[in-house]
Order: sequence, then structure tokens, then C-alpha cells
Amino acid sequence: MLGCSHFFVPAVSQSGQEGRSLLALLFELQDVGFEYERLPALRGLSLEVAEGESIALLGANGSGKSTLLRILDALYFPSHGSISFCGQHLSPELLTQNGFALSFRRRVALVFQNPDVQLFNPTVFDEVAFGPLQLEWPREQVLSRVSATLELMQIAHLRDRPPYRLSGGEKKRVALASVIVLDPDVLLLDEPTSTLDPRSQSQIVDLIQEWKGSSKTVITATHQLEIVEDIAERIVVLEEGKVSASGRPAEVLSNHELLLRANLVHAHRHSHGTFEHSHPHLHSHSKHEHEH
Amino acid sequence: MKRGGFVESTLIGFTRALSRALMSEEIARRRGLLQSLDPRVRVVGLFALVLAVTLSRRLTVVLALFVVAVTIAVFSRVGIGTLAKRVWLVVLAFTGVIALPAIFITPGTSIATFAGGSLRITAQGLATATLLIARVETAVTFTTLLMLCTPWSHVLKALRSFHVPQEAIAMLAMTHRYVFLLVENASQMFESRQSRTVGRLPGPERRRMTARTAGVLLSKSIDLSSDVYMAMQSRGFRGDIRILSDFDMRVWDYVGLFAFLCAGSIAVWTGR
Repeated sequence: MLGCSHFFVPAVSQSGQEGRSLLALLFELQDVGFEYERLPALRGLSLEVAEGESIALLGANGSGKSTLLRILDALYFPSHGSISFCGQHLSPELLTQNGFALSFRRRVALVFQNPDVQLFNPTVFDEVAFGPLQLEWPREQVLSRVSATLELMQIAHLRDRPPYRLSGGEKKRVALASVIVLDPDVLLLDEPTSTLDPRSQSQIVDLIQEWKGSSKTVITATHQLEIVEDIAERIVVLEEGKVSASGRPAEVLSNHELLLRANLVHAHRHSHGTFEHSHPHLHSHSKHEHEH
Repeated sequence: MKRGGFVESTLIGFTRALSRALMSEEIARRRGLLQSLDPRVRVVGLFALVLAVTLSRRLTVVLALFVVAVTIAVFSRVGIGTLAKRVWLVVLAFTGVIALPAIFITPGTSIATFAGGSLRITAQGLATATLLIARVETAVTFTTLLMLCTPWSHVLKALRSFHVPQEAIAMLAMTHRYVFLLVENASQMFESRQSRTVGRLPGPERRRMTARTAGVLLSKSIDLSSDVYMAMQSRGFRGDIRILSDFDMRVWDYVGLFAFLCAGSIAVWTGR
């Protein structure tokens, strides 16, 4: 069984006052590097994640967000540097140990960016049941948990449908259900709202909010700035495979220079009559208000 | 959209196969005779009838089994038009090509002559060709009924309960799942290429383009398989797939199994 050591981290109360909380350190990454066939994706990345934190990983395409999530899920292992989970150094050898693998896979779950990658079973029911079955849960528990999760995610009516016949939003919900069924302590989400219509986006954001409200750790990789305040209490900005900034959403989102440098905003050029000017474009195109 | 060339035609064929697969799922959800039986009974029963067709040497017995197949189709709410278009005409065309020479080359009593007597149809040749076509038509009809009335997932689960290795079943399931995704990808790649192409490209250029597309598709499929493997690992897969087998045999299923086995045995006995 995995146990985590506890340590003090800065925390912000709902009233906005800063204090220190005693939290368990879940992940500790030190100077992590990773390459895809000599092409560096992460370069000396260091990060600590505490139990119960909700973090948004912000970064432009190719900044290393997806790679980092896969390293956190022990699917990739650093080519240099180290990663530990609850104080235990994560290595391929450790993941071959049944006891550790079963416990780790139950506690840490990843939702992939492309739901087609994650939905490989013949029916939605089989898809959601896949994880519990691999983790050797008893049959009755599998049946009851899967049914409850399908109800929770409002996809019970899809239970006998093949996943490849679903819409984009339905596929995302099934992909989320397939990991939420395990009731993981850490939920890793790779671009959970990308390519979704506004209604499906809002439903996914609601689900993440509900999940993080239940004192779970949620790490979401995204480049959609408009959702980060809803889904995270801390933002970690990645640039060229390294952490370039970390802080509360209000601090990071007000740092226009940082956001411009990280390719998270673009200069928005427009005119008011004959006067033409530009400013950083922070928000989605559907929500367009600013002062001059 | 008008498309030409071997690769494009193949893609259109795959796309048609995809839409047929989707239609099959709709038929499998209907309330009918086969659909009401346990998938294991369907697999064993229809396999027994296919075996009986193969072992029967008498045309009347094979034709009787064909009538049984049509009756099962009607009670399983499978359209006769669907069977005619998807099975009977196709099988007739392909088996006909194979059977046609037998009409002329099989020695026996001549019933018609052509080309001044150098080409003759024999009664034995006609009987052989008819038996071959009838056998193939009937066997393929039974197999098609199984595939139309049983969701692919249930066929795989039924195979699992017959102790077919889990790895083989997982491979079949994933091939079925991802072949359509890759076909969709390939189709989009060709459409995208067509939208940027004016006129007809010269042959060598078309072949180069097709080779490049095939290469891109191959690397995409390699990436996809690696991602799928990681998605499986992430949810606890450690080399041995575990699945739920939730089939339950009822009295009706035993009755169905008995009926299938009786029909098969009688056909084999009388068709010796």
C-alpha cells in the first residue's frame, strides 16, 4: 500500500487569506528530461504536486504538457532526473511489481486527449468495466460501480452502444467515466475540452469542478485560458519543456508578458473608427469584452 | 464525389463496409428469433448447420437447409432484399465463375451441345455446379445471419466462452474497432488531397502520392497502437485481458440449441 509523507505548503483560504496547510506530497519531479527520438520534449522540469491540489498545466502546443501527464501516469519514464510518487521513486521495474502497479493504477488515472485512443472496447459498458476488471475487482463490485458511474455521467442510455458511434462530447464523457469508475485519488486530464462544442465543454468543466470539490487531486493540461479559473487553484506554465511560472490563476492570468511569451495569448489588432491598436487577447472569441 | 483509381475505390469499398457494419448493429437490436437466443447458442447452432451443409451430398437436402435459412431470416426480421443483395447475388457471381467450367468438363450424359458439338453441357456437370452453388449460398446465408443478428461484441464473448485464447479475441476486437478509424483517416487524407489538386495528375505522380499517403497512414497507425497500449496500461492492463462474461442460458436457449443440433444431424444423415 502506498503512503504519502505530509509537508506544509502555502495555501489560500476561500476568504483569500494566505496560510500554510499540512498536505501530503504526491508527486515530486526533479530536473526531469524526456526525448522523443532525440527530440527533447521536457528539459530539466521540476515540480511538486500536493494531495488535493487542482492544477492547470498551461502551455502552447509542443510545450510538453501531454508528455508530463504521461510521466505522471508512469507511462513514460524520464530519460534523466527523477520522479517520485508518495516518496517512492517511479521506475519501470517498480511498475512491474503487481502490488504497486495495482495500487498506483487505482490511485492515478489519465484521460487522453484523443478519446478514440481510450475507447477500444466493443460497448460503452465494457469500456467502463475495463479498468475495474484489470484491477481484479470482484464481479459484483464491477457491475455495481459501472452502473453507478454510467448514471453519474448521464450515459446510462449509451451502455450497449459501440464507442466509435458516439459524438465527440459523448466520447469524452465515456472516456472520463472509464477512469472515474476507479475513483482515483489523482485525475490527469489532457485537453479535456478541446474540440468540444460549448455545451459539452461546460458539462466537462462542471464534472471537473465536482470532482476537485471532493478533495481529489486534479491536473489538467489545457491551453484554453477561459476555463482555468473554473478548474484550477494553481497554474503551472510550461515553455519548451520547463516550468516557466507557477502561481494562483489571478496572478498568472494577469501577467500578459508571460502569457504572450508562452504563446498563450496573441496580440489582438483592431480599430475604433480611424484609431487602430493592439492588445493581448486573453479570452475566447465568444466572450469578447475589454476596456480602452 | 467522383473518384478514380484503385486506392480510392478500395477506400469507398471500406466506407461502404463501415456503413453495412453500422446497419448490422441495428438489425442485431431488433426483436427476432435469433436475437432472442443466447449468443453462444447462435454461434454453435449456426456453425452446426454450416457443417451440415458442407457434409450433405444431396441437392434436395441442401435446398431444404436453404429454406431453413430463409425461414430463420424471416423470423429474425432480416430483410430478404438485404440477403439477396449482400449474399445471394454476390455468391452467385463468384461461385458461378468457379462452377461454370464444371458444367462443360465433367464427363457424363450430354444434355446440350454448342459450337458444332465441341462444347457440351453434361447432366452430371450441371448437378455438380448446382450443388456447389447451393452449398455456398446456404452456408454463407447462415454465416451472414449470425453476423447480422449478433453484435460483434457478443460474438467475441461467445468465442471467449469456448476457450478461444483471450489474446486472439482482443486482436479481433481491436482490429474491428480501429480499422474503421484508420479508414476514416485515409478517406479524409484523400479528400484533403483532392481538394488541393486541379486536374488529373500524371501516373507516376499519383503513385508517389499514394505511396506517401500509405507511409503517413502506417506511421499514424503505429502511433495509434502505441497510444492505445498506453491507454490500456493506464487502466491496469498488465498483459492479460480480463472481461466479464454475463451470458445466461435459459430454457428457450436450450430449446433453440436442441432444434439447431437436430436439424443439423437430420441433414447430415439424410444427405449422406
